[in-house]
Amino acid sequence: MSLWFPRLSTERVLRLRPQTGPFALTLKESNANRIYCLNAEAEQSGLHRGMPFSDARAFCAGLNSQVVDLAADQRFLLVLRRWATRYCPWVGLEGRDGLTLDITGSAHLFGGEVALIADIQRHLARAGISVAIGVAATRGAAWAVAHYAVNPAPVDDAQAALAPLPVAALRLENKTVVALQRLGLRHIGDLIQAARAPLMRRFGPDLLMRLDQALGTQPEEITPLAEPPHYAVRITLPDPIGLAEDVMAGTARLLDQLCRKLVSNGVGARVLQLTLRRVDREAQQVELRLARALHDPARILPLFERAVQGVDAGFGIDQLRLEASRVEQVVQEQISHVAHSKQDRLDDLITRIGARIGLENIQRFLPADSHIPERSFLIAPAAFSTPDGAWGAPPLSRPLQLFPPEGIAGHQPQPPTRFRWRRMGLTVGRAIGPERIAPEWWLEDENWRSGLRDYWRIETREGRRLWLFYTPQAPAWFVHGEFA
Amino acid sequence: MQSDLTTHFPMRNARVHEACGAAALGFAVVFASLRQGHVLLIRESWRADVVNPMGAAPFFDPARLLVAFVKDQTEGLAVMEEALRDGAVGTVIAELNKPLDLTAGRRLQLAAKTGNTTGLCLISEDMGSNAAETRWKCDPVFDPNGSDSTLMRWSLIKNKSGTLCSWYVRWNPYKSDPAHRVVVVSTPVN
Repeated sequence: MSLWFPRLSTERVLRLRPQTGPFALTLKESNANRIYCLNAEAEQSGLHRGMPFSDARAFCAGLNSQVVDLAADQRFLLVLRRWATRYCPWVGLEGRDGLTLDITGSAHLFGGEVALIADIQRHLARAGISVAIGVAATRGAAWAVAHYAVNPAPVDDAQAALAPLPVAALRLENKTVVALQRLGLRHIGDLIQAARAPLMRRFGPDLLMRLDQALGTQPEEITPLAEPPHYAVRITLPDPIGLAEDVMAGTARLLDQLCRKLVSNGVGARVLQLTLRRVDREAQQVELRLARALHDPARILPLFERAVQGVDAGFGIDQLRLEASRVEQVVQEQISHVAHSKQDRLDDLITRIGARIGLENIQRFLPADSHIPERSFLIAPAAFSTPDGAWGAPPLSRPLQLFPPEGIAGHQPQPPTRFRWRRMGLTVGRAIGPERIAPEWWLEDENWRSGLRDYWRIETREGRRLWLFYTPQAPAWFVHGEFA
Repeated sequence: MQSDLTTHFPMRNARVHEACGAAALGFAVVFASLRQGHVLLIRESWRADVVNPMGAAPFFDPARLLVAFVKDQTEGLAVMEEALRDGAVGTVIAELNKPLDLTAGRRLQLAAKTGNTTGLCLISEDMGSNAAETRWKCDPVFDPNGSDSTLMRWSLIKNKSGTLCSWYVRWNPYKSDPAHRVVVVSTPVN
């Protein structure tokens, strides 16, 4: 069985935002805006697929349009594919706007093929999706019937049903179709009667393969998509529980099951959600975000402890559900005599602190290739980065602390001998510099609008060692950091 | 009174210490450079200044440095206690801006003891807690003899198990053994 959704993209958009009148989706292809998909009203006013959009607007003044979102269409098609598994388990995608179902042995469950088609049409009509359905003994014939037959009905004799259809119904390239039409072979029936050897010589094996597939003399498989693995387990209890230890014991059982599934798929959980359903139908959620992907129940379980303590059990909890809502591939590591446990302990600590202050608030520094002091390092969340790169720093030439620049008095290129900073009067004992740093012109930075900077290391008589800079293009002095 | 710095510094392990003064952060990085393992720095997220890893690089590898940004001091203390008790990081440094009461200070000490980790609170002056093991007042000092100097005056102003003293100390990055990089220049007579 072949399902074809001729107006899939427009109907998806119109489902989200219903509107009346002609509507079309445009796609920019090879530098021209063309109509990709359109609704029935637009078709009535003389528009067709592949028409340049500017022409379409000239034909039809009231045309509403939008740019097509192919990725969303693909997702929608996957949703439809999942829905179609209610009719048979063997469902594959057919291009951008179709599905192929192998209903062998499942049609009788719905009362035969005719009743099955009626059921599909009823469901899709309610969802506002137009569909053309072809049922035939082979995949090719079903496709041909769905796309080209005038009144699609279940086909028993493929040859008789296909004979009046145009040759384009064989899923051929456009070039081949045009060439066949020039030879006078307009219908599949003509093609069946024609001698095979000249066709083979003229068009290659592809044409005859398609013809044989449609007639059933050559096999063609449907490739069903694999169901994505589902990482969720639950436990329902005969009597409600309320003690934290009992909840932890239940969680441990779920975790064992879940982790077995994770291990067999070679992934680890990154975000875990424990839903505790109470007797009064309320649900409590506990979310655990891990600093790295884990599938070891012994390590995950203690991390739940603190959050479970904070759960309000009410009159008792009678269902626990544990879901790994985000998983990541886990690389199997060689266990060596060099202790890895220190790193594991650190990750567990980050997880536990992250549960309190937010996982992204624990950060580490990564080196970056820039002379601008603020950009010579990157700040990255520790849980989502690995420490790497070399910190090749010349000793003691950079301050330990960086402030947002704080202005001080002075307009001379030479460093001032005395200045006030943070309400302290400071006397310069030694000034080392200047070190000129130019702004990176390829990056727009608000703070570097004042242009070049001449950095000085100022050692004051009072002891403080400050990093000052002078901006020669807009004469002024600023304090930018303090040395150890 | 004369005293040897090495009997007091690096400070006792599995305790929480305090440092105040303008060079407290410098004291903290010198201390961290003498210890193994990761360094967790806890600071409040509203602060505009940043610890520059390029500036810390001469002291220790910045890859060892983790920074936890917390909402307020209560959260910061909770994170500090958690990290001290766990023992996965070698040193925990927290910047405090409100004085600790005795309960909080004692809880930190117990956590440090359990996890065998050392904590260091960077405080402002006159904000010390009674529970701290030692308190150091650290000030940068102008060095008339050489440039690129890190001359500091470290005064031990509270010590639960010993005497008080102060030293002029310089940090020398060129010594191969980290333990010898802290050079005592002179011991002022108190």
